[in-house]
Amino acid sequence: MHAKVADKIATGILYVVAFLFITLLVSLFSYILFQGVPYISLDFLTSPSSTVQAGGGIRDQLFNSFYILFITMIITVPLGVCGGIYMAEYAKPGKVTNAIRTCIEMLASLPSIVVGMFGLLIFVNTTGWGYTIIGGALALTIFNIPVMVRVSEDAVRSVPQDQKEASLALGITKWHTIKTVILPAAFPGILTGAILASGRIFGEAAALLFTAGLSTPNLDYGNWNPFSASSPLNIFRPAETLAVHIWAVNTNGIMPDVQEIAAGSSAVLVLSVLLFNIIARVTGKRIQKKLTASK
Amino acid sequence: MVTVLNRAEQKTVKRKQKITKQIKPILQTQNLSISYGENKAVQDVSLPFSKNSITALIGPSGCGKSTFLRTINRMNDIIPSASYEGEIIYEDVNILDKNIDVIALRKEIGMVFQKPNPFAKSIYNNIAHALRFYNIKKKTVLAELVEESLTNAALWDEVKDRLHESAYQLSGGQQQRLCIARTLAMKPNVLLLDEPSSALDPVSNAKIEELIMKLKEKYTIIIVTHNMQQAARISDQTAFFLNGKLIEYDKTDKIFLNPANKETEAYISGRFG
Amino acid sequence: MESVASTAKDRLIKSTKRKNHGESSGKVIVTLAALIIIAATLSMTIFLSIKGMQAFIINGVNPIEFLTSTEWNPTGENPEFGAFPFIFGSLAVTLMAALIAGPLGIGGAIFMTEIAPSWGRKILQPIIELLVGIPSVVYGFIALTIIVPFIRDYSSGTGYSLLAGIIVLAVMILPTITTISTDAIAAIPNHLRDGSYALGATRWQTIWKVLLPSVMPSLWTAIILGMARAFGEALAVQMVIGNVRDLPGSIFDPSATLTSIITLNMGHTTYGSIENNTLWSMGLILLLISLLFILIIRFLSARRKI
Repeated sequence: MHAKVADKIATGILYVVAFLFITLLVSLFSYILFQGVPYISLDFLTSPSSTVQAGGGIRDQLFNSFYILFITMIITVPLGVCGGIYMAEYAKPGKVTNAIRTCIEMLASLPSIVVGMFGLLIFVNTTGWGYTIIGGALALTIFNIPVMVRVSEDAVRSVPQDQKEASLALGITKWHTIKTVILPAAFPGILTGAILASGRIFGEAAALLFTAGLSTPNLDYGNWNPFSASSPLNIFRPAETLAVHIWAVNTNGIMPDVQEIAAGSSAVLVLSVLLFNIIARVTGKRIQKKLTASK
Repeated sequence: MVTVLNRAEQKTVKRKQKITKQIKPILQTQNLSISYGENKAVQDVSLPFSKNSITALIGPSGCGKSTFLRTINRMNDIIPSASYEGEIIYEDVNILDKNIDVIALRKEIGMVFQKPNPFAKSIYNNIAHALRFYNIKKKTVLAELVEESLTNAALWDEVKDRLHESAYQLSGGQQQRLCIARTLAMKPNVLLLDEPSSALDPVSNAKIEELIMKLKEKYTIIIVTHNMQQAARISDQTAFFLNGKLIEYDKTDKIFLNPANKETEAYISGRFG
Repeated sequence: MESVASTAKDRLIKSTKRKNHGESSGKVIVTLAALIIIAATLSMTIFLSIKGMQAFIINGVNPIEFLTSTEWNPTGENPEFGAFPFIFGSLAVTLMAALIAGPLGIGGAIFMTEIAPSWGRKILQPIIELLVGIPSVVYGFIALTIIVPFIRDYSSGTGYSLLAGIIVLAVMILPTITTISTDAIAAIPNHLRDGSYALGATRWQTIWKVLLPSVMPSLWTAIILGMARAFGEALAVQMVIGNVRDLPGSIFDPSATLTSIITLNMGHTTYGSIENNTLWSMGLILLLISLLFILIIRFLSARRKI
């Protein structure tokens, strides 16, 4: 009964592997949360970071992360949705379509540090902007565009063909049909994908090291003029994000509470990404329900 | 075409010419062939459609009748491999011409599909959708047109109190009448119906048939159907398709009572298909 | 009934006067988006290639020496630019991480699809999605605070080591490998399973002799994609690997990868200097190798049977 013994052993090993996955996740999350959450306080979230003294917060980093994410999405979402519509509705099978597919595949598989280097070359040095939020956002756009195109293409393709035919048969142009029938129906899918992509962007650091930089100027949160150097809204200022901050304090931080800051920041980062995932699921489901409400 | 016609075919051709002479058709296909890539789906079909009449297209699945129907308002254009030969004369133009404005054409030759396909919008917006596209934006005008279309589609009384609910709340038969209503809102001349009641229960089916009979007063109707009784009940002319070819075309009673062709007889008596 | 004023000709023939209803502008907008994507990819390849070649063309660094020499001493009196230790480091961590994560990932996939398809998938699927969601700097931070001290306690070195890099990368690519393998195995048609069970084979024999061979190309794709991710990962590795210029003698020795050296030195070197230019050459190697990974995946997907 050699085969039966082998079967039992293999099954046993596979259970161990599955158990390993669970242990891995549980220990990673509990470590991050137990280490980091006690350090999260209102003070930590709202005070500026300090380079030498203990007790620094992550106010600017947190703001920068959300702001860069916002700018990135403003660029990526229209570009990605248009690209997705092109692939789903306009691209005819042939060389051009293949070329675009190859490009998207290439962009998707490029290491983010290489994207960062390209950003450094073009958006920092060639343009002469130096480290800026817009440079970081553009690098993140390159990093994120394949995801956005794929998500949009899938969402557009999954709209039932009969909806499109219904509109075309009424004497409505293809473009108007896309705008008023297909996009609204594809919206939940695109939104879910965009929020999930936001989580990925929020945690990205390598593409930002050389584009948005490792520092943040003194910000005056009362200054809402986006052209002023001390305004948090200025997109032509350097900005260290939360993910970059975690890397920076671990690699060359000299404050005495490096460990606590890194743990606290990591917990905030992971919780934020988790939040993005939950929001994506909930909103996606809710909108889907609303659209197809048939009781 | 230099083929020698046999006697039966000569007969059909003569009868066709007779009908053609009787009433000047609003729409007429001439030697229409339709292919998907290498595959010929419809071959050399010449059919007249006269004004304010109902023509039923019957035949087994895959006989090309739906393809034929979808070509009349160029819906087949969205299939990249589709190509046409021959002509479709509508009033005084060949609508297969390159310079035809397909958008304007589809507005005049409306289409209703087999499966009810209302938009994921309110009942009201299902009808207003296309009207807005044609720049009718004034609320009072829109409301009037919505009511008119729903009344014409015999749906107004059932939905007038819930115009802003989702169209998906309606029953299948109501959804199909909504689809007819939104087509009527475009004030078309010709209505193409692709098995409009095959997905519905008998009661809804009866309502749709009643509606189609009434619509004949204003529109020229071409209906594809699998349902022999339906064709016999509502249509004035019937065309029988088989393997992409038009086998027989005549007045409906003639086709059902005394078909000229053996295959037609076999099909309508239910021996195949 | 007949509309007197207009004939079908007036209504249906396209004319320049008739509005296009924004049809062409819509097409232009989405085509433009597609062109921007092509342009971004092309310009990225071109600019990084040009910049990456400068060290060899302008600064006269010998490309053979760059790829094979183990001497990295860019700031010495006789600067030497042998990047082999970093190339070796990158390859070593990538291969070893795949060696660990490959079997584990595929094992997890088998568990989810064949052993416990109902509850196993319900539990492991969200776990994998959560693991994907953890940012790489957080992986780096955890490795820095757990794995590095652990290795320090059990070996003679500082704990910053090849091994630490391998472990953190293995964990990071585990979800990638598991997800793709799961999809592949789940897509195997049931008649293959039924046929095998009907012949009296055990579950394990069915998995090992029938199911896995039938999806081999997809499993390799999963592993290659995981390797591509490992090869390009920068920060998590850089935080734990030690970043020294010498070849490691064992997995407990510190080492460096192409990405870690770029991460560390890009900011510290003067833009345009030889040392800076050699970093761009390393970037070009990363670009080329990720292209190579794409080619391998294309080759594998052409051989996919299911």
